[in-house]
Amino acid sequence: MSEWDELYMEVILDHNKNPRNKGKIEGYTHSADGHNPLCGDRISMQIIVEDDIVTDASFIGSGCAISTASASILTETIKGMKRTEIEKLFKEFHNLVTSEDSDARTVGKFSVFGGVRKYPARVKCATLSWHALMAALEGKKETSTE
Amino acid sequence: MLDESLKSDFPTLKQKINGNELVYLDNAATTQKPEKVIKALESYYRSINSNIHRGVHTLSIRATKAYEEARSKVAAFINAEHREEIIFVRGATEAINLVASSYVRPILKEDDQIIISQMEHHANIVPWQIICEQKKAELKIIPMNVKGELLIEEIEGMISEKTKFISINHVSNSLGTVNRIEDVIKIAHGNNIRIMIDGAQAVQHLSVDLMKLNADFYCFSGHKVYAPTGIGVLYGKKELLEKMPPYQGGGDMIKSVTFEKTIYNDIPNRFEAGTPNIAGAIGLGVAIDYLVSIGIENIAKHEKELLDYATQEIRKIEGVRIIGNAVEKASVLSFVIEEIHPHDIGTILDKQGVAIRTGHHCTQPTMDFYGIPATARASFAIYNSRKDVDTLIKSVKKTIEVFT
Ligand SMILES: Cc1ncc(COP(=O)(O)O)c(C=O)c1O
Repeated sequence: MSEWDELYMEVILDHNKNPRNKGKIEGYTHSADGHNPLCGDRISMQIIVEDDIVTDASFIGSGCAISTASASILTETIKGMKRTEIEKLFKEFHNLVTSEDSDARTVGKFSVFGGVRKYPARVKCATLSWHALMAALEGKKETSTE
Repeated sequence: MLDESLKSDFPTLKQKINGNELVYLDNAATTQKPEKVIKALESYYRSINSNIHRGVHTLSIRATKAYEEARSKVAAFINAEHREEIIFVRGATEAINLVASSYVRPILKEDDQIIISQMEHHANIVPWQIICEQKKAELKIIPMNVKGELLIEEIEGMISEKTKFISINHVSNSLGTVNRIEDVIKIAHGNNIRIMIDGAQAVQHLSVDLMKLNADFYCFSGHKVYAPTGIGVLYGKKELLEKMPPYQGGGDMIKSVTFEKTIYNDIPNRFEAGTPNIAGAIGLGVAIDYLVSIGIENIAKHEKELLDYATQEIRKIEGVRIIGNAVEKASVLSFVIEEIHPHDIGTILDKQGVAIRTGHHCTQPTMDFYGIPATARASFAIYNSRKDVDTLIKSVKKTIEVFT
């Protein structure tokens, strides 16, 4: 293992290089822009919600490897999830990237972001798309990590 | 090149970061402090700490003397005609805000114009925007070319009788461009317009002679010239400062106060309300002594060699693009790598002990000009060596390996 593997796990590098669900989707029901004023990065989330279940999701924009991979994995993960489930997962994910006593087992694919907690400057990169998603679900148009 | 033993004057540089020798290349953000400056702060607090200009007791006299000596050192350093032309402030940001509030705002009317440039730090944009908004005046921007050089020949055409002030930087913090301020100052004065130069990235790299330059206002921050944070300098021409209303009210800036009328103090005290950063000013004086002992010309030569070497080596790496290719540059190497975000570059470099800056460097309009959100920026100082450049280049190559 080289010294940066704990942050840049293979899965993250892969999602960064080949982001899933990147681009617009037709007929989205919710969308919001997330902005990280610290670095100027912007990521927009578009989702389709039917009967309280997310049936499709995509993201637009560019950011660093951490924010791109996080957005990519997020769009894959939430398909088929209820809003309350997404909220619960966000809490667990946030805990994973900020707190020592967190449980990587509850966050599924997001467990690869466990290394982020050692890089406080990068936590906002990991949560940018999440903030945009939560804003979209709440009917807001934009949000900021600050 | 300067002697490599210089590095041992700086205690912070003697440490490992993530298991590697620290290579500090974020000098445009702030420089490390030499032992002498750190000792000066300690010695101030250990032996002469006291309030200035107020006491008749011995310590107060000593502290006042040390503080005022620092002012004289600054005046000599930038060759100001009078030592009262040196106002101690918190830094470049406060200096610009002071001039905006006390010199420009009182003369600014509706539809007037202030000219700045495309490559300013937010500190030389926002204070002007604030007063323009208050007075319904307009901000005009001197354009630049893709190399990152100001189109000085355009300025004359931008000027009208509505133009009330010009403020531009001497050296750009995100591109490294050394601007031809002599020419801009001449154009300003040819049109009877006063001008401020933001020298936050200049005085530590090249010699500044204000009697020759003839700028009306000039400023810099102590922490970028090897001195402590929280101390900086505003230079203003005596005849202008003397006519300006105070920036802040309080102690030390008055001659007498009654509830009916207050008589303001003379300069520089009029602009130094309250207890100033006494230790910081003394530290700045010591930092200036240190720089002068090395010689600004030698520093300029050393840093130019490093910048040229780094530029030449980074150009050889495929996928790297330098942002800012002005013919005249100082210290700063800003770059982007295809498909790799500057923050990822910054993190991988940090893992190898190399500290650089990544982001927009408080110059978002400059980033917008290039259509990028951010750059990675290495900036050099007196204690950097060719070996530091080699480590930087090696680390950049590693970064590309990780991401491809
Ligand atoms: C060109 C320029 N102007 C102004 C500033 C603001 O300096 P300070 O934050 O020390 O007030 C900086 C600092 O980055 C700068 O580089």
